[in-house]
Amino acid sequence: MNQGMVTAAYIIAAILFILSLSGLSKQETARRGNVFGMAGMAIAILATVFGTDVTDYGWLIVMMVIGGSIGAFLASRVQMTQMPELVAILHSLVGMAAVLVGFASYLDPDSHLEGAAGTIHNVEVYLGILIGALTFTGSVVAFGKLNGKIGSSPLMLPNRHLLNIGIGVACLILLFIFLGAGKGAGTFILVIMTLLAFAFGVHMVMAIGGADMPVVISMLNSYSGWAAAATGFMLSNDLLIVVGALVGSSGAILSYIMCRAMNRKFFSVIMGGFGTAPAAADGDSDEVQGEAVAITADEVAQLCKDAESVVIVPGYGMAVAHAQHPVSELTTQLRKAGVDVKFAIHPVAGRMPGHMNVLLAEANVPYDLVLEMDEINDDLGDVDVVIVIGANDIVNPSALDNPNSPIAGMPVIEVWNAKQVIVSKRGMATGYAGVENPLFFKDNTRMLFGDAKDSVNAVLGGL
Amino acid sequence: MDIGVPKESHDGERRVALTPETAQHIQKLGHTLRVESGAGLAASISDQAYKEAGVEVIDDTRSLYEQSDLILKVRAPGTHPTLGDEVALIKKGSALASFIWPAQNEALMSKMAEQNLTVLALDSVPRISRAQKLDALSSMANIAGYRAVVEAANHFGRFFTGQVTAAGKVPPAKVMVIGAGVAGLAAIGAAKGMGAIVRAFDTRPEVKEQVESMGAEFLELDFEEEDDAAGEGGYAKVMSKAFIDAEMALFREQAKDVDIIITTALIPGKPAPELILTDMVESMKPGSVIVDLAAEQGGNCKLTRANEVIKHGDVTLIGYTDLPSRLAAQSSQLYGTNLRHLLSDLTPEKDGVIDVNMDDEVIRGATVIKDGEITWPPPAPKLSAAPKPASASAVTPADMQKAAEETKPSMVNNLVIAVVGVVALLAIGRVAPADFMSHFTVFVLACFIGYQVIWNVTPSLHTPLMSVTNAISSVIVVGALLQVSSASGFVAFLAAIAILIASVNIAGGFLVTQRMLKMFRK
Repeated sequence: MNQGMVTAAYIIAAILFILSLSGLSKQETARRGNVFGMAGMAIAILATVFGTDVTDYGWLIVMMVIGGSIGAFLASRVQMTQMPELVAILHSLVGMAAVLVGFASYLDPDSHLEGAAGTIHNVEVYLGILIGALTFTGSVVAFGKLNGKIGSSPLMLPNRHLLNIGIGVACLILLFIFLGAGKGAGTFILVIMTLLAFAFGVHMVMAIGGADMPVVISMLNSYSGWAAAATGFMLSNDLLIVVGALVGSSGAILSYIMCRAMNRKFFSVIMGGFGTAPAAADGDSDEVQGEAVAITADEVAQLCKDAESVVIVPGYGMAVAHAQHPVSELTTQLRKAGVDVKFAIHPVAGRMPGHMNVLLAEANVPYDLVLEMDEINDDLGDVDVVIVIGANDIVNPSALDNPNSPIAGMPVIEVWNAKQVIVSKRGMATGYAGVENPLFFKDNTRMLFGDAKDSVNAVLGGL
Repeated sequence: MDIGVPKESHDGERRVALTPETAQHIQKLGHTLRVESGAGLAASISDQAYKEAGVEVIDDTRSLYEQSDLILKVRAPGTHPTLGDEVALIKKGSALASFIWPAQNEALMSKMAEQNLTVLALDSVPRISRAQKLDALSSMANIAGYRAVVEAANHFGRFFTGQVTAAGKVPPAKVMVIGAGVAGLAAIGAAKGMGAIVRAFDTRPEVKEQVESMGAEFLELDFEEEDDAAGEGGYAKVMSKAFIDAEMALFREQAKDVDIIITTALIPGKPAPELILTDMVESMKPGSVIVDLAAEQGGNCKLTRANEVIKHGDVTLIGYTDLPSRLAAQSSQLYGTNLRHLLSDLTPEKDGVIDVNMDDEVIRGATVIKDGEITWPPPAPKLSAAPKPASASAVTPADMQKAAEETKPSMVNNLVIAVVGVVALLAIGRVAPADFMSHFTVFVLACFIGYQVIWNVTPSLHTPLMSVTNAISSVIVVGALLQVSSASGFVAFLAAIAILIASVNIAGGFLVTQRMLKMFRK
């Protein structure tokens, strides 16, 4: 393959990637989209491998086979509830790859760029490594948080904003020193900068609370794209630039959509500290009075049987308890009994965007039963029974009526408008946002305490 | 703790404080239960049923009292037909939970205090939302209201519901319910269910909504009262003279029109207000019925006699005071459940040890005597159900103004950003080589394509989308592939590692997306 053919293949790959992303925006075309993505990747890799630049196939094939097998193994073994962790750790791989490629490109003895082109190349290397490094550690920390290996509450170092700015300024200064340095000193500076960026990635994600994880995941996704784009500039490879920009901008937009769903500014999510914001100036306005009334699974079963319409609102608790299969079974049984069952999904339910949809899909819940918050909120007043399974902040009425609440202004699923609300929950603990939920004390709310899976199974037994 | 449930000694009392169902729950709290033989018979609960629930059945009343540290009863202690004073039967220093009516029973209170008892009065539970599950007054009133309608129907010579039949037209009965508390609302529901036209009156205007929700018409006075009629704890209070005049005029007018009057007006600790005067009774149509649920406290109609059905002219006046007891099985079940909730509040550790925690607002309110010391009346309860000042709505106008102010600067900001962007682009173009600019063009255009493609994505596909973009971003492997043939061994090594990890991502990302998407079905 000559250079022209390689470029032509890259164009085809880029188009396939664009088609892939646009395919993924609709249920009907999603699977085709994924196939386009695979085809694009295959063409890109084959074109490169058979292009003029590659002569050494030994390493290449060994590495690809080993890596591919590990990836395929992971993909086939992962449980759907662990999806967020898997995506986070995969992001870190892209970040690390960008760092390695950056170093390799800098140290490559074949490159002889001088003057402005050399400077620009060095800036590109520097940026590529910087973004890659912070994507790497950021993703690793996000993985730890999602996995529960690291506490999910935001880490609040004193002067954390100053710390961030300090690291940023240090990186900028190092960039100028780097541009003036020779190859030996330059490598040393690159290593220092990489370590700084590693620290920055850790600190950045540590400061973000568990409730904001969907935003973080999608933000890291965006970073891995920018890292690829920077690598593309450094290697003068248009395919990398196109794909990196696609991924970068789509991740950024996804983060923005998430933030809008939580009514929070993107910047303040990134700056962290959601869960620990001082709740209110006057403490007693937050104090929730009253007592939650418990209900047994049999009574829930009876209520569901008598209802004409039931709406299920799943949350992270359903994922933790692996309750999606019993929930699906419950749906089937109720539908057989002539009850209209729908699911209401909050955009940030779970720990990554669309987490709930994936779990319900895994459990064979037909996706046309699964509605978004905006689609169902206005109709909840006519619903007989709402069952909230392991969700908390996304059904918290204080987001709407308590301006002092830390989650004030976040759109929530207004379940309390339904005739009866059942909340399945392990205990009275607060959700990730750490705020009391007045929903539990409403007159039409009953608490079904216990592990979500056991509770739903018990309700099933009662049917 | 050893809990004993004696047979109710009050004449005509059919209820019992324990049912086999509540017994099982109470035993789970670690308590031992004994019940007097025959205690549940009037409520259709046999001794055998108790035995099956694990309750010991005791024949001798005296030994039951002696073995018990806590007595559960329905009625306040009175005079036992054979054993005399029931208070004397209760072991000194033990505990009692039942209806007490401390305001009306001062002598009983001091007698129980002398016995060094701890007494929990089910009628003194504070009316806060948390205590609803042990509010025996409400559960009994509910039954009384229902039964009042049944009694009225029994003594009323006609249908409740209107019908047009071949034998002629039957007009529906008209029912007026006075006092829309729990009993009143239950009566409204029952009468409405039988097909009657129901009107209701209450001094508290805020219950209008509740009355209307039950399908009754709310009668309103042509009168303005300055204060809110809801007294402390959500009960009605004594009204002013002018108000009562207007009220009387309304009743006088209604009495001529309706067939059945059910009165439930009570003011706690006071004799029942007289609402239906003799002339009103006499103005009613022949065959009309009045059910006076306040008969025990003197009656809302002076003519009613407690526990009796009398005729005044052609009007029947029913003054039963034992309406809940007339539905003994139902009321025992509800009362028993109220008691069980009280016990579970009293036994927080579920270890059979009763802790009368006077810091708990509900227990504090119910405890009228603690270790021989009279603790009634309790300090005024705080109403948790009271609406808080609507702070949210107060904020809104200010917020809206703020939002309006923010809109303009943001437009200016956007303009500034656009100008800065254009200047920055031009600056880059000035210094950067042409090669870079062509790459940069590609980059900016791709950003816009990403934006366009992603903007309308279905939220349910966010996870697959992210997973596929993640897989696609590992196109970075192309960079590593280009470097792996480098002459420098170290560069080739770095590139090889990069290929390895990027390959993990390619295979993992695409395959897991595939797995996810397979699961979505219609």
